[in-house]
This record gives sequence, structure tokens and C-alpha cells, in this order.
Amino acid sequence: MSQPSISKSMTIGESGLAVVFAVTAFLCVIASAKALDAPFAFHAALSAAASVAAVFFIVNRYFERPAALPPQEINGRPNYNMGPIKFASFMAMFWGIAGFLVGLIIASQLAWPALNFDLPWISFGRLRPLHTSAVIFAFGGNVLIATSFYVVQKSCRARLAGDLAPWFVVLGYNFFILIAGTGYLLGVTQGKEYAEPEWYSDLWLTIVWVVYLLVFLVTVIKRKEPHIFVANWFYLAFIVTIAVLHLGNNPALPVSVFGSKSYIAWGGIQDAMFQWWYGHNAVGFFLTAGFLAIMYYFIPKRAERPIYSYRLSIIHFWALIFLYIWAGPHHLHYTALPDWTQTLGMTFSVMLWMPSWGGMINGLMTLSGAWDKLRTDPVLRMLVVSVAFYGMSTFEGPMMSIKVVNSLSHYTDWTIGHVHSGALGWVGFVSFGALYCLVPWAWNRKGLYSLKLVNWHFWVATLGIVLYISAMWVSGILQGLMWRAYTSLGFLEYSFIETVEAMHPFYIIRATGGGLFLIGSLIMAYNLWMTVRVGEQEVQMPVALQPAE
Amino acid sequence: MSFWTRHQIFEKNSIILIVGILLVIAVGGLVEITPLFYLKSTIEKVDGVRPYTPLELAGRNVYVREGCYLCHSQMVRPLRDEVERYGHFSLAAESMYDHPFQWGSKRTGPDLARVGAKYSDDWHVTHLTNPRAIVPQSVMPGYPFLSKTEVDPDAIAGDMRALRTVGVPYSDEQLVNAAADLKAQADPDNAGADAFTKRYAKAVVRNFDGKAGTPTEMDALVAYLQMLGTLVDFKIYNEKANLR
Repeated sequence: MSQPSISKSMTIGESGLAVVFAVTAFLCVIASAKALDAPFAFHAALSAAASVAAVFFIVNRYFERPAALPPQEINGRPNYNMGPIKFASFMAMFWGIAGFLVGLIIASQLAWPALNFDLPWISFGRLRPLHTSAVIFAFGGNVLIATSFYVVQKSCRARLAGDLAPWFVVLGYNFFILIAGTGYLLGVTQGKEYAEPEWYSDLWLTIVWVVYLLVFLVTVIKRKEPHIFVANWFYLAFIVTIAVLHLGNNPALPVSVFGSKSYIAWGGIQDAMFQWWYGHNAVGFFLTAGFLAIMYYFIPKRAERPIYSYRLSIIHFWALIFLYIWAGPHHLHYTALPDWTQTLGMTFSVMLWMPSWGGMINGLMTLSGAWDKLRTDPVLRMLVVSVAFYGMSTFEGPMMSIKVVNSLSHYTDWTIGHVHSGALGWVGFVSFGALYCLVPWAWNRKGLYSLKLVNWHFWVATLGIVLYISAMWVSGILQGLMWRAYTSLGFLEYSFIETVEAMHPFYIIRATGGGLFLIGSLIMAYNLWMTVRVGEQEVQMPVALQPAE
Repeated sequence: MSFWTRHQIFEKNSIILIVGILLVIAVGGLVEITPLFYLKSTIEKVDGVRPYTPLELAGRNVYVREGCYLCHSQMVRPLRDEVERYGHFSLAAESMYDHPFQWGSKRTGPDLARVGAKYSDDWHVTHLTNPRAIVPQSVMPGYPFLSKTEVDPDAIAGDMRALRTVGVPYSDEQLVNAAADLKAQADPDNAGADAFTKRYAKAVVRNFDGKAGTPTEMDALVAYLQMLGTLVDFKIYNEKANLR
């Protein structure tokens, strides 16, 4: 491909990034030496090592590559960049299993507290953020990055923008996960739910996220299609809004630039409102908008049917992103937050039911004329069931945001059950379905190693979810009712510890459900591994593509 | 031109699409968050509320580090059963110096907003070391390692300085005496104990973990737990004036 007349030289990106990482390595060594606390020294050393590795890989890659950069097109077909997608898919599976495993451990700790072993590193309070971050940001994040890089290339018919930039995004993001996760075990935390990483992890994530936005946006800009495909609107809303939320919720002042501890700029009630503005929209934009983009691409693709209604998707998009942002205060019902804010949050949460179900209908009705495929294709079944779970959770959520319902459900396991019907049923299943599609596509395989194993995964995981959420419904409502129960003489009927004791059987059922879900993901990992290792190569058909009008 | 045709401007221009997204998502946050910085009910000061003492702050940092907020809330709601179980509902002012807030979202264990002075120091130390020694059905992890870890008295001034920058009104005097105050609060025989109590109203001086020597993380955490919810005197608090 490369012409011998072109002399080989480093691109500005390669040389610039190598210099930046070399300087970073130097600074990190100094930071490690001057660190005030052990976790910070460890993280600085880890960053120094990663920076040195980055310099090595950039230089090594330069010597190995041909003089010319990969072409944008080969024989009139876009030369899609699959490397970063493969890496992110692999990491998604890895973090998924790790996150589900930690979830099983902490579920077991609640049933049998001896499993905390009186050790700081594995006590519930440190493992719980590890679980939530591993499943939401590590598993979910890698699924979103992998699918968004795939969808944006295919639907724009353009190669991913940047040469090193996509690799910077996937590697940098996973390095952020590593720093954040090891930090939790060492007790490094901001103490804000779903935003636990400390100031230096937050700064690094900001850089990675801006590059992510640029790679995605520039790929959209150089598209060969006149229209931006629906899924890309949702991906864009997800990337942009997560950036805004991250910056809004995390301004913190480090005690020292050589220490891990920082104090958040917001205090008390303002911090509470910022936190749940962020927290609920991490659900709304990370776990919903991003995964709806997956729904809008992968379901039509797998069912080989067009999206049910283009106009519905326009309404769905704008209504969803407008309404979601308001819903945060429903996490703060009956607290010191002013009543009007709570009521506003509740009102918008209830309204949110409509665009949510609009989206669900759009996803499900895409199956029109292809419903028979549910019998033969377990991957499509997984995708469709995920949308059904989405519908269920987005009905339950608005219901729980109603203040009187919330007075019972808040602080109980009902919330945990609600979150998991969304997380396991919707986000989990739509991710599994997408990965089952994506792995054969990205590795150029004819199909999956075994559809039978997908079927097993589907049923084992579904049984796990049903056990999980029904156990949490019962324990949550039971606990809520016990807290407010009065005797005929007008005294509180139960002491707090009696309500804890009553939870025990349900915690065992919940752990069993989580265990089944984990087993399902192990079946999946084996299936995907075999698909890549022994799957048959797909022969590319040279088809000329026409832009869609 | 129909609405659907007009919408193509977003579908064909990525920058306009991004600007549209930004405008649409800005509204809700601005309407709900901005007023909280100037409404009376959210920034009012209530008599008795003061910044944490150095030892309490060190204890609070342990509380945050160990993720206590994941199972314990610090927000009593104005519901009959909660007020009877935990005490007066929480006021906004009571967490005004909390960076970060620790209201929590789950009660695997009971609310702690008013746990201060309800149990003895001994009870807390035994319970934190081995919860099931006192409450057999408890599912709380044990924290025996807190008694073995000392707090560095010289480090706390840095934390207080950072907090002052983000709005907690520590005085110069409090900053200068931070290390001495940290030691004094856990040692009733300390010569600086009197000066310390003058700097922090209602602060309690006790040997919280019952052991001599430099304060441990156990001292700090118990000192923090024992002051939670004790600062406002609800006998003289004017409910009507501060109704939210």
C-alpha cells in the first residue's frame, strides 16, 4: 500500500503524545516520591509505569507501521478501525465478570457478615463502590465505547477519526477504572455515590472524555451519509451530558497536590442536590441514553427490520433528554431539600414515564413482521427482553418517585430491587445482546460459536434476575412496613434490629439470583472466546453502498 | 415546511445537534439547583451549628473512607415513625459544613443523624470492634483495625485549611491550634482542654477509646458519632421561624 517514495516520519500526534507521556512519567515519579499517603504514592507509581509503557508503545508502533497511515477507504469501501472496538469488547466482558463477582461477594456479606473478615480492604463499605463502578462504568462504559465506535463508523460510513486517539480513549478509560477501583480498596473515596473517584482520577477521566467526544464528533462530521443516524444522537447526548454532569458534581479542592484526599466544593444541601442531579442522570444518560443508542442500532440490525417510527424516535429523543435532567430530587424526598424542588422532581419523574415507554414501543414494534425470530434467535430474544425490562423499570421508577410511595420505599431494598431490574434486565441484557452481535462482526466471523449456549445464558440469567428482584421487592416493602408499624397502644412495633433480622432469608435468595447471573456471564465469556478462537471467517461481499436519503 | 422537515437541521448538522442537546439539558439543572444558593431555607444559620473539631473531622474522614454512608443515612425525615425512632427531623443547617454531605440513600443499618450521646463510648468501641458482640443479629462489618491506627495530629490543619477555602468558617486561631486541639479532645488531663472547649462550643472532651497515648482512628470516629445531631438545642429552636 505504501509507496516507497514517501519517507517515513512520525506524525505530530505520535511525537506530541510521546513527549506528553514522557513528561507525565517524570511528573508522576516526582509525585510518587513526594506523596503524603501510600495510596497516592501507589497510584502515582502506577501512572508513571503506564506513561512509560505508553511512550514505548507509541515508538514501537511507529517502527512497526508502514510509512503511510491506514487509508480512509480501500476499494471504495470505508476502512473501518476495529482494533479499539475489540479491545473495549474484551474489557467489557472482563469487567462485567469482575463486577458481577464483587456483587455476589457483597450480597453474601449482607447475608453472612463474617465474610467481611474484619479486614479493611474487603469490607462491605469499600467493596460496594467497587461493585457499582465495575458494573456501571467499567462494564457499561466499555460496552458503550465499543458499540459507539462501531455504530458511528458503520452508520456514517467513515473510518474512526484519529490514529492514536481511539486507542487513547479505550486505554485511558480502562486506566481510569484501574486507578478508581484500586483506590476504593485502599480507602480512597470522595464519599459521593457513583462519583467516588478522587480528584486526580476525575481529572484524568475529564481528559479521556474530551478526546472521546472529539473522536466521536469528528467521525460524525466526516460522514458519507447526509443524515446523522438516530443511535448517534443518543450517543452524542450521552457523551456531552456525562461531561457536564461530571464537571458539575466533582469540583474538589485537594488538601495537597501530593495527596489523595480532597474536599468537594459543594456542602450540605447544595452538595446533595448536585449529587442527585448527577446520580440520577448517570442513570438517565449513561445507563439509558447510551444503551438506547444500542437499542436503536442493534435491534433493527438483528431483526433485519427498519426502526418502527422515525418520528417517534425524534419525540423520544428530545423528550427524554429534556425531562430526565429534572428527576434528580426524587432521591431527596422528605429531606431538608425545599418542598418545591422535591415536587418538581416528582412531577418530571412521572412525566418521564411517557418518553420512556415511547422508546420502549419504538424498540419492541421494530419487531413487527419478525416476531417469529424470537423463537429461533436467542440473541434477539435477549435484546427484546431487555427492552421489556426497560419498560418495567421505567414504570416502577416514576411510581416510586411519587412522594407517598417513596416515603415507604426510600432507604429500603425496594430501591436496590428497582435498580437491578434496570441494571440486570435492561442494561445487562441489551449489552449482552449487543456483544453477541458485535464480537462476530468485529472479528469477522460468520456467527457465534454456539446459539445453544446463548439460550442457556438467557434462561440462567433471567431466572437469576427474577429471584433477585422479587426477593428485593418483598424485603424492601416488608422492611418499610415494619419501620412504620405501630402497636395498638401507639408504640413503634419493631426495633430496628428486628427489621434487619427479617431480611436474612431474602438476602440469601438475592445472592443466589446474583450467582446465577454471574454463571450466565461465564457461559457468555466462554462462548465469545470460542467464537473468536475457532469461529469461521466471513467472506466480505464487495457491495457498493448508496447513501440513504 | 412541516415540523419533521424542520427537524432535519439537527439531523444534518452535528454542531447544531450538540448545541441543541446542551440547551435542552441545561434547563432542569439551572431551575432546580441555582435557587438553593440563595433561598433562605437552604442557607439559613441555626444556633449551635459549628464546624467540626479537628478530632471529629478526622473521625468523619474515617466514616467517609470506610463507606459508612452506604448503609447508614444521616437524614431524619419528618414522618411520625422516624421522628419517634430517631428524633427531630434533620434541618438543612445541620449539614451545612458537610463536604461531602452524608445523607445517604439506604438504611441497611439505622439512621445516624442523631446517634450522638445515645450510647456510651464503650458501647461504640465494642460495637465497632465486633458488632455481633453487642447485637447478635447485626450484619455490620467489624472495624477492629481502627483501634490500631493512630491519627496524625499534624496533618489535620491541612484538611481544615482546604475546608476553609470551600466555605467552612474555621478561624485563624482554630487553624493554628489544630494539632493541639486534636490531641486535647481525646485527653481530659491535657492542659489545652479548656482552651479547646472555648474554641468549639458544645465539644466533648473524653478519652473516647479508653486508651492512653496519641488518639487513634477509633477515638476520632467515636468522637464524630457522639456529636452527630447534638449541636442544635431543639428546646429553644423556633420551628415556625424556620419552617421550610
